Amino acid sequence: MSAIAPPVPRLHIVTGKGGTGKTTVAAALALALAGPGRRVLLAEVEGRQGIAPLFDAPSLPYAERRLAAGLDGGEVFGQAVDAEEALLDYLTMFYKLGSAGRALRKFGAIDFATTIAPGLRDILLTGKLKEAVSRTEADRMAYDAVVLDAPPTGRVVKFLNVTVESGRLAKTGPIGKHSRSVARLLHSSLTAVHLVTTPAAMPVQETVDAHRDLLAADLPVGHVVFNKVAGTKTVDVTAEELREGLRRTGLPSDEDLVAALLEEHAASRVETEAVDSYRDRLERLGRPIEELALLPEGVDLSGLYQLARRLRPSLRGPRRAAPGTDAEGADRGE
Amino acid sequence: MANDLDLDALLSDGGKRVVACCGSGGVGKTTTAAALALRAAERHGRRTVVLTIDPAHRLAQSLGMEALDNTPRPVDGLEGGSLDAMMLDMKRTFDDVVASHTTADRAAEIFANPFYQAVSSTFSGTQEYMAMEKLGQLRASGRWDLIVLDTPPSRSALDFLDAPARLARFLDGRVIRLLSASTPGSRRSMLSLMGASAAVFTRVFNKVLGGHLLTDVAEFTASLEDTFGGFRKRAEATFRALQGDQTSFLVVAAPEPAAINEAVYFSRRLTEERMPLDGMILNRLTPVRASLSAERALGAAATLEEQDPEHPVAAALRTHADRARRRAAELRVAARYGAACPDVPQARLPALGAEVVDLAGLRDFAAAAAG
Repeated sequence: MSAIAPPVPRLHIVTGKGGTGKTTVAAALALALAGPGRRVLLAEVEGRQGIAPLFDAPSLPYAERRLAAGLDGGEVFGQAVDAEEALLDYLTMFYKLGSAGRALRKFGAIDFATTIAPGLRDILLTGKLKEAVSRTEADRMAYDAVVLDAPPTGRVVKFLNVTVESGRLAKTGPIGKHSRSVARLLHSSLTAVHLVTTPAAMPVQETVDAHRDLLAADLPVGHVVFNKVAGTKTVDVTAEELREGLRRTGLPSDEDLVAALLEEHAASRVETEAVDSYRDRLERLGRPIEELALLPEGVDLSGLYQLARRLRPSLRGPRRAAPGTDAEGADRGE
Repeated sequence: MANDLDLDALLSDGGKRVVACCGSGGVGKTTTAAALALRAAERHGRRTVVLTIDPAHRLAQSLGMEALDNTPRPVDGLEGGSLDAMMLDMKRTFDDVVASHTTADRAAEIFANPFYQAVSSTFSGTQEYMAMEKLGQLRASGRWDLIVLDTPPSRSALDFLDAPARLARFLDGRVIRLLSASTPGSRRSMLSLMGASAAVFTRVFNKVLGGHLLTDVAEFTASLEDTFGGFRKRAEATFRALQGDQTSFLVVAAPEPAAINEAVYFSRRLTEERMPLDGMILNRLTPVRASLSAERALGAAATLEEQDPEHPVAAALRTHADRARRRAAELRVAARYGAACPDVPQARLPALGAEVVDLAGLRDFAAAAAG
């Protein structure tokens, strides 16, 4: 439509089926986005405290805390957003409730509101993110980017779209108004929803489904991250060659070992072929795909930086927001 | 290495009436629940029903759960025994509860309330309440010897345990009574009893949520109280029943830090709540067949590659080394569970090459689990 490419996304929402490594990918993405002089906020909203262990850090508080140095000198801050705290924040902000806020909590009202009012919890959580995205400090944006370790694919559309829903339910009052402004951000090109999947049937299926549902809800899809891809060479090898090779290198070459190695080799080949077919399926979504190799020893802090370096090139664009030249934004340019 | 969970003893125990599989998302809970139910029916001759929450499409197909009528349907193709399966329809279960506890007119009124529509279809936690409600219904029917339950993919697996208590808090809470009391027609002077903070409360909530929403909520909760105040009693009864010997909780996990942490946390909660935790099932271990250390395999591969960088045997050895290292890392992660919960018996299962999509796959899965 427009001749000008859409602005660089500043709110990155990372989702995926449970177990696909979306928290790890969100953390790596935050490190990758934290280039020289940049500040990035990495937030979680489900009270799982999944981020802190990745950085060998103590549990994250509600207040933002410096978590790690980004790639090349930026900074990553961490935050565990909690709905009750967010509601108190909100009440304080809009109604200057000091002690009355505490009274409300004692009374069970806060608990009630965040548990029962439909979607209020999600509205508060997304509202808090919007605040972090748009906050300014000393004439610059407080954060160059905000990365959210979001709820899993099964719930993410509901989570992101709750503000639209609540805009309808709460027709009057600040929640309604607030919801509509959050909805505008989430549906704009300032936001990108990234889908994380592993090479397995259910996660790939959920990615395809989520992609469809996000588009239907008019939410902006960013990258597909194909995670934990085991790279195995698929060469042909015979029992005879194996026996000979084992003997030559001084390893035992009994029939059991030869058969076992052949079986493992065949199993790996099946896996590799499956990976190819899943990749084909994901490519048909027409989104840029970032592939991350399986780290056989699991992801420790250095592994996290390794993944961040791998993600880095896909985020190439202007260091400071200067719309019009951004490759990632252009991916979605209509 | 712990592999001491006797699933056959558990599934054949006539005293067990509910087996609940819990754990975080993506660990194979649904597959585990379906496989155990199949084995209970086929091997142990128990009239079994499996209640699943969100099965993969092809698994649902093979279990004949495609008819979304929210009632258990018999599974075809069994090798003996009787197995029914159903997929929970959260909204429908809620609607049924409302319909069965009130007059048709009143039910229609409730169904039309926008707050009810939101609560019954989107409210986080409703799925847990409804799984509990459905479990209660299945138990009460007496049609089955054994109910195998797949718990909802909660943000935290704990929501499932907390759901009845939260529901009770919701329905019985002072706040809800306050709201009910301020419904037109049943106005009582609750405010004076509660003093100034209540006044602040109503004022703030009217402003924050908008008067419109508050009225919807008030009407809805008033009708809840009138028509099915027994909701709380039933939720509590189900919760208590889960504490009894007739129930078995199995924690399902995969060898990844987040899943293991959830499993540990969940096991502790179950123990605190005096819920009968009978075992942990560790899914998706990388299968390793060859007994050759990763180090020796890598050394030999390097030697062969000196002659030919593309040596096929070197590739096979590297494949093995990769798998062996992956498995070793997985076992290190899984060891955290054994350290934290030394008294919980475990069953360890290799990742199956293909996705489990049919009865044969479930049978193999269960056979591997039962050891």
